[in-house]
Formats: sequence, C-alpha cells, structure tokens
Amino acid sequence: MPKQILSFTVNGDKTEVLVQPYVTLLEALRDEAGLTGPKEGCGTGDCGACTVHLDGKPVASCLVLALQARGRNVRTIEGLGTPTELHPLQDAFVRHGVPQCGFCIPGVLMAAAALLDETPAPTEEQIRYGIAGNLCRCTGYTKMVAAISEVAGSLKTKGAAR
Amino acid sequence: MVLPGSVDECVKALATHGAGARTVAGGTDLLPQMKNGVVKPAVVIDLSGVAALKGVASANGSGLRVGACATARELELNADVRKRFAGLADGAALVGSVQVRNLATVGGNLCNAAPSADMAPPLMALDAEAVIAGPKGERRVPLTAFFKGVRQTVLGADELLVAFVVPAPAAGSGGSYIRHTPRRELDIAVVGVASQVTIQNGRCVKARIALASVAPTPVMATAAQQALEGQALTPELIERAAGLAVDAAKPISDQRGSAEFRKHLVRVLTRRTLTAALARASA
Repeated sequence: MPKQILSFTVNGDKTEVLVQPYVTLLEALRDEAGLTGPKEGCGTGDCGACTVHLDGKPVASCLVLALQARGRNVRTIEGLGTPTELHPLQDAFVRHGVPQCGFCIPGVLMAAAALLDETPAPTEEQIRYGIAGNLCRCTGYTKMVAAISEVAGSLKTKGAAR
Repeated sequence: MVLPGSVDECVKALATHGAGARTVAGGTDLLPQMKNGVVKPAVVIDLSGVAALKGVASANGSGLRVGACATARELELNADVRKRFAGLADGAALVGSVQVRNLATVGGNLCNAAPSADMAPPLMALDAEAVIAGPKGERRVPLTAFFKGVRQTVLGADELLVAFVVPAPAAGSGGSYIRHTPRRELDIAVVGVASQVTIQNGRCVKARIALASVAPTPVMATAAQQALEGQALTPELIERAAGLAVDAAKPISDQRGSAEFRKHLVRVLTRRTLTAALARASA
C-alpha cells in the first residue's frame, strides 16, 4: 500500500512524515517522528499510556488513525517541558516521587495537564476522574493525586489560568 | 483511506467502495475491532474532515441537532444539553475515559449498535430521530426503529448517518440516565436505564423509559410509560412502573451478569431514573 504524507504540527513544529494509511497516530509519533514518550500499553484505549493532546484535548493516540491528525496540533510529553525547564506537573511528580516503573507517567502527565488547562482548581474527585483513563499498575495513584493537587493549589495562589 | 470533505462525497465514496468500506469517526470502536481482526475493511472513509457532521446546535427553547460526529465530551460539557437534555449529558459523560470521550462520537456510539451503548437510551427517551443521507437523498428514522439487532442498524451500505434531531422538551420536563457497572469508569453497562418525564399541573403528561443491555437492541418500556401518563408520580406509582419495565427486558446471562440480576437492575434503575427525572422536571 503506498504511503501517504501526514502534515501536522507536533509540539509547535510543522512536521511531515510518510505513513501507511492504516497506522495509528501513536505509531506515527513513535516510529516516524521519533517521539517515544507516548507509550503503547493496551492499544485499545483503556490504559491511557498513549495520551497526547490533539488540538489541546487529551486523546488516546492508539485509537486515532495517523492521517486523521492531518493539519492538526499534537502535543506529546516531549512538548510539555524540557529536562532543564520542567513543567510544574513534572517538577511536582519528581518531588513527590510519583514514578515507579514510569511507563504510565507520560500519559498521566498529559491527562493531568489537560485537566488543569480545563479546570485550574479541581477538587480531588475531579482530579481522580481526570486521570481515571490512566492505569498505573504500580498503583501510584495516591502520590499522583497529591502532586496534581499541589500544582493546582499553586496555580490557584498565583492566579495563573493555564 | 478516503478523505471526503462533504456529506455528498461520503455518500459517493460509500457507493464506489461498497460493503468493503467502513466509515471512521472517533475510531474508538472501529480501531480495536480492526486491530483484533473482527473487522477488515478494504477502504476506510475518514469523516473527520466533514464539517456538516460536527457540532451540537440548539437555540433557547428549540430542539437539538446533534451532528453524527459530535463527541461524547462535547455533549457532556454542553450547557444546554446539561440543562434541557440532561439524560443525554448523563449518558455521554459515562462513555469511556476523557481520552476516549474526546474522540468517541454519538454517531459511532449508535452505529456500532452495541446493546449497551450509553447514548442510545437517553436519545430514544428524548424521541430523537436519525437523519440519514443516501444516494436518493435524505431520510429520517425514529431512533426507536433504528436498531435491527446486535451491531445491526437500518443503515444501508450506501447510507451515512448525518445527525440526530431531538424535539424540544415541553416545559416541566426532566430526564436521567443511570447505568450499573462494577467499576465507575471505563466499563460497559450491565444494565442502563434512561427516563424522561413531562410534568404539568402535578401530573405526568408524557413518560419515556428506554433500557440498554437487556435485549439485542435498546428497548422502550412502553407498558411502564403508559402506567405513568396521566397520573401523579407518587413513589408507589414509580415502583409499579419499575416492575412493569422489568417485563420489557429480555436479558441474557453472560459474564457481566445473569438475566435474573439484570431484571433486578431494571427495576432499581427505572425507579432511580424516574425519581431523578421527576426531580429535574420540578427544578
């Protein structure tokens, strides 16, 4: 089957890759764009390890055909922060010791960042529902909720609405 | 992969590629089915570039038009849907996770035609109609006649679901959808019940009750509806209607629950949704 051109914006950069029409956005990001932050856990949209932002909204990239992302904006964990300038959520995750095996963390961070974009001062219940689509088999949820709550609280006190 | 830009182009693509083609909207049902080999389409027609299929439109006091490619998340967050079509917002909010609801579309949820589809019962209880485009033009089908069986609808191979239209509920209306699942998120309804009532001068002038996961298709509990119409909705009458709703359920026993358990759930959830619908109608 001939490959097709996928033109989209990834982490702010105009990007073009060649993909088979049947590959998923997750496969295009990992195998063609070299962004291996998003992970494939279940491949069926249940585990959330592949969570990226599509036009600002969290989606399971394993359920999106790559060509459906044509012309759209994709943000992966690589675009959330940098090693020298962590996103406040990444910083809090490090300080709270959230990652254990780490496999689910990119997805959890993207879900949490999207939650705070939409709901800057979430309740604990809203936080738990916000990451309900992300499975952590090390079961590190308590620390995740603590870290996200802390960032939400600091956003609230700073009055920043991001 | 075909990338049409209009409904006409979709219908033409369906005519050209025939039964081997599948349309993809959110992909949350189709992609897992393709990955595990249940569905092997020769051609996939992507609907994401068709603006006419998108969006939720309503004006104050008017009916609702839900584009087939409106996402569950859009319905869940839409202020007018939450207020006047609350049962539909309830159902939409229960689909998958937020990562799935940002992709999953109402059209996909219904065309997939699983008996457990969470958005089907509330739309049926709201007297929704499906707007279907085909080579001969557009036709409308009441949602109660849309499903033909498990994973089967009235859609022909050359037809495309365009939207659902929902009439404006009369003043004094309220609705609710509740499902039973062992887990609160990311689960499939063991039983789901949607109730919609209109109360005028203390009496129920219209009642609709739709049940999911108790038959090959979502079904209406018509005898229960009739028992409520014209009456004041007392707890005793609601309990009687809940009992009548059980008779409309023809469930199977499977790994999610026995037929007996499902009938019990129909009674409980009919009572709860009628009570919630009544409260919302009075609010």
